[in-house]
Amino acid sequence: MNENHNDLSTPLLELRGVRKAFPGVVANDDVSLSIKPSEIHALLGENGAGKSTLVKIIYGVLQPDEGELLWQGKPVHLAGPSAARDLGIGMVFQHFSLFEALTVAENIELALPSRRDGGPDRSELSDRITQVSAQYGLPLDPRRMVLDLSVGERQRIEIVRCLLQNPKLLIMDEPTSVLTPQEVARLFETLRRLASEGCAILYISHKLQEIRDLCETATILRGGKVVATCDPRQQSVQSLANMMIGETPLKPERPAGRTLARTNRLEVRGLSLPAQKVFGTALKDVSFSVRGGEVLGIAGVAGNGQPELMDALIGEVLTYPEAVRIDGKAVGRLGPRRRREAGACFVPEERNGHATAPDMPLADNGLLSADRRMGLTRGGWILARARDGFAGDVIKRFSVKANGIGAAAKSLSGGNLQKFSVGREIAQNPGVLVINQPTWGVDAGSAAAIQESILALAAGGAAVVVISQDLDELFAIADRIAVMSEGKLSRPKPIGEVTIEEIGLLMGGIHGEKSGAQG
Amino acid sequence: MDVLTLLLLSVMTAATPLLLASIGELITEKSGVLNLGVEGMMIVGAVCAFAVSVTTGSDAIGVAAGAAAGAAMALIFAFLTLTMLANQVATGLALTIFGIGLSALIGKNYVGVAVQPLAKLHIPVLSDIPLLGPVLFGQDALVYVSLLSVPAVFWFLTRTRAGLVLRAVGDSHEAAHAIGYSVIRIRYLAVLFGGATAGLAGAYLSLAYTPLWAENMTAGRGWIALALVVFSTWRPGRLLAGAYLFGGITILQLHAQSAGWGVPSQIMSMLPYIATILVLVIISGDRAKIRLNAPACLGKVFHPAQ
Amino acid sequence: MIRLEAKGERSRLFAYLSPVLAMVLTVATGALLFEMMGKPAGPALYAYFIQPFTTLYGASELGVKATPLILIGLGLSVGFRANVWNIGAEGQLTLGAIAGGALALAFYDVETPLLLPAMMIAGVLGGMAWAAIPAFLRVKFNANEILVSLMLTYVALLLLSYLVHGPMRDPDGFNFPESRLFHASATVPTLIPGTRLHWGAVFAVAAAGVIWLMLARSMLGFQLKILGDAPRAARFAGYREPKLVWFSLLLSGGLAGLAGALEVSGTVGQLVPTISPGYGFTAIIVAFLGRLHPVGVVLGGLTMALTYIGGETAQIEIGLPAAVTGLFQGVLLFYLLGCDVLINYRLRFGRKLAIG
Repeated sequence: MNENHNDLSTPLLELRGVRKAFPGVVANDDVSLSIKPSEIHALLGENGAGKSTLVKIIYGVLQPDEGELLWQGKPVHLAGPSAARDLGIGMVFQHFSLFEALTVAENIELALPSRRDGGPDRSELSDRITQVSAQYGLPLDPRRMVLDLSVGERQRIEIVRCLLQNPKLLIMDEPTSVLTPQEVARLFETLRRLASEGCAILYISHKLQEIRDLCETATILRGGKVVATCDPRQQSVQSLANMMIGETPLKPERPAGRTLARTNRLEVRGLSLPAQKVFGTALKDVSFSVRGGEVLGIAGVAGNGQPELMDALIGEVLTYPEAVRIDGKAVGRLGPRRRREAGACFVPEERNGHATAPDMPLADNGLLSADRRMGLTRGGWILARARDGFAGDVIKRFSVKANGIGAAAKSLSGGNLQKFSVGREIAQNPGVLVINQPTWGVDAGSAAAIQESILALAAGGAAVVVISQDLDELFAIADRIAVMSEGKLSRPKPIGEVTIEEIGLLMGGIHGEKSGAQG
Repeated sequence: MDVLTLLLLSVMTAATPLLLASIGELITEKSGVLNLGVEGMMIVGAVCAFAVSVTTGSDAIGVAAGAAAGAAMALIFAFLTLTMLANQVATGLALTIFGIGLSALIGKNYVGVAVQPLAKLHIPVLSDIPLLGPVLFGQDALVYVSLLSVPAVFWFLTRTRAGLVLRAVGDSHEAAHAIGYSVIRIRYLAVLFGGATAGLAGAYLSLAYTPLWAENMTAGRGWIALALVVFSTWRPGRLLAGAYLFGGITILQLHAQSAGWGVPSQIMSMLPYIATILVLVIISGDRAKIRLNAPACLGKVFHPAQ
Repeated sequence: MIRLEAKGERSRLFAYLSPVLAMVLTVATGALLFEMMGKPAGPALYAYFIQPFTTLYGASELGVKATPLILIGLGLSVGFRANVWNIGAEGQLTLGAIAGGALALAFYDVETPLLLPAMMIAGVLGGMAWAAIPAFLRVKFNANEILVSLMLTYVALLLLSYLVHGPMRDPDGFNFPESRLFHASATVPTLIPGTRLHWGAVFAVAAAGVIWLMLARSMLGFQLKILGDAPRAARFAGYREPKLVWFSLLLSGGLAGLAGALEVSGTVGQLVPTISPGYGFTAIIVAFLGRLHPVGVVLGGLTMALTYIGGETAQIEIGLPAAVTGLFQGVLLFYLLGCDVLINYRLRFGRKLAIG
């Protein structure tokens, strides 16, 4: 399989002085790293550190401006992904490229070279898929429609597709963001096995504990430069984080002297809903309550019902009246507008297209949720001055960088649009606020600002629910924490009484193994 | 020839242009493109086939010209929707309006001109079998082409790599692009194929069905072809059945009139359209069913990220 | 090789320039076409585009043709903004004509000023009823309204054909497939004596004003716009998609029905198998030409009316075939769709640089 398997002195892949610039930013600056055969090598860095650009260069999607790549000691020029694949580099992307109306076998066939170019025969492919997938602990039935598969199963397709091409280097881009701890463990077994058979792994992640568990070497990027190369097993999570961020992680200011109200401002009781989409999650008897002044954190890996819970809380999906109570009022059968009237505000996960309309100006986007509460309309007519005033206010208060209130939402950067989406709701001074993934894809500065404004709102007496995949964030701002897994919610416990490990185990399944294990 | 044979023959001739036009539109739609300009492409194909056939005296060249003309019209559509990212519905309609006008212009000097209909096959013995002989062995080339196109397209879609890629592009153009397929190029080819077959359908009308040219002679068949593709839930086998069903209804309503049945001919002519609406309702109601049958990207604009 | 590069923000310059550019290109193409057909471009272009304006009658005819185009185009543009694609306006127009005409024929021996308004209302209701079918099927069954409304157009035309050949045929009409001529009470009065321009034109302009107000200033208009731009955001805001879909289709159906009733009682004067030269489809072009904006739709309607009238004039004066009209309309829309791209994208020529 690998000619250089025995020659451990020649690196499998080496980057020397790689530089890549885009207008306004140097994404990679004099980056050098070296990956040995059979090595499990981590690429660590925050969002915007240059990880994805570097990986695109390695996979041939981008060309470096300066510097060189050496493969097995010889300089190479990768004109495109197919050249990388020819060398033996495989990549599993974070976002899958799958065709739902086609079968597993057809999906894999599409990603492999055609028979003319040396790819497999259609008839043998099915058998090979069954065999290889079982061999590596990721069983797949080639005849199933992708439409019917879970997220974990879909990832297996991507991995098996790479494995069928006998890679020498397998690049995994943030693979565990969609997996439960059990599935992560299974994936790690597979990766270790691959490495022992001679395949090197380049593992991109920002999950420090996982990197310590899995990887032998870590290259840490910050601001486009390599700031350290180390053995993560010799480091602590804290020291890795310091190297990654460059300073002690920003902890948002918790306003002192917060008192919690005695009554629940938000009550959810026995919320159960069938799956709304073909591939959605059913909610099963979700119950929790939040008092004024309190922040409830809901942890959980993506795909366990968070968007469904959000939709049910917003009122995009209706249920029975007492399932949701806002300040005592039963709103389960009422839509978003009536729930806002009852005093609640919401920030959904997707800022571009769900929280805001991308092509509409910010002033109009203010109308989406604030029209009634802030008096922006009267008798069905829009009050232009009130509308513009509100949007301008939000932009100023939350330091949103934009070309005025007339700028289209899509013209804002991710962080700024998130600040606007969050700011629009907080500026309405609601009694209840529910936010899903408040700081994903947002730069550190904006993230801190958002978290601070959430805490300030709570300090003012509001009940806040923060749904987040980022455990560190929840531990920083939540008072109590619960875990969503497969549509069920665990009993909330005070932050002080629970450890991250416990949370991780809870995410694996409140009632036993997650059934993503089914083949 | 007895009545039944004549009936079968007339159903075949009615179904053939529908089948030709819709099999091409099926391929186009499978790639994710909705081309409402079938009527325009068909009628331009009809007039060009006729004009070239009269001018050169050769049917074969005429038919080829019809296909080429349909493809040329499709090229305009493809350029506007795939390269210039224009709205597919508006462009398709514009193509139809344009095509009807263009064909009338080109055909101005050919109205009333007579031409020899397409040669029919004649195999000794076989073609003389009573009842089925003329039906199976006495047709012109385009009828056979239309019939063969069904298994050919089916084989293409399910057994070849190119067909798989086409289906993939129609299912998710982002994923196809991410893997490295040229979505735009594949759609161009699919659209051009649709244009060529629409042109062939037109050629059949003006050279075989009624060997003459008259303005607007396609008489809405392009719209029926569009309905057919939906009616067949994008499957070639069902398309064949549908084309003969719709063709049969067309013939039936002509006979109903003369046979003095109670049902007015116009009401019968409505049936294909109403049937199509019913099929659409049935498959649309179920989210999974529509996801598996209709190309998910149908009508959506694709812009490769820079 | 032509490539498109996203501009980031919509170019306001091109939003206004694009239709103008398209019209200029169309005229230029027309000139070329005329030359190729052996007709000198100058007189042909004059006959086509200028002559209609030179007489009062010509100008009034513009209004006659523009009225249904504007009425239908207004309704369609509202729907298109909300991503509701009503392609069946021709059918709704037909049903409106049938409804209004039926009323006229039912009371053919009664003279009363109440008849005309009743006919107009009937027309609106007829169009709405026909548009209600795609609305219902979309809301209840998620059926694509493009295909349903299109299919229903042909059903409507066949229905009209059946009616004028049968139940509604003029008993004294020598078996021609046409209804009785409408009597005085069932005919829309003209605005300018000696012309065919009737009160429908006033309705059209008034409708444009009302729709402009609705889209620019009302929450209903805002909800429609959001539904078209970002349906998920519309759900987030609590806007009810079914309600907005029904509204869009009923509005465009009603306006198309009104246009139909006006046509048969104003312009045509009876029910015949063909009451419209494809206004329902041409109005789609008008909506696009007008940038889906009420003022634009009025201008677009007048422009398209010019292509109809110009075609008729050119046919008489220069001997150009009537078919040239369809050609011009198609070409105009092609250029418009092409030029529209420049609003959001820039053209780049040459091979793509390998930046991935």
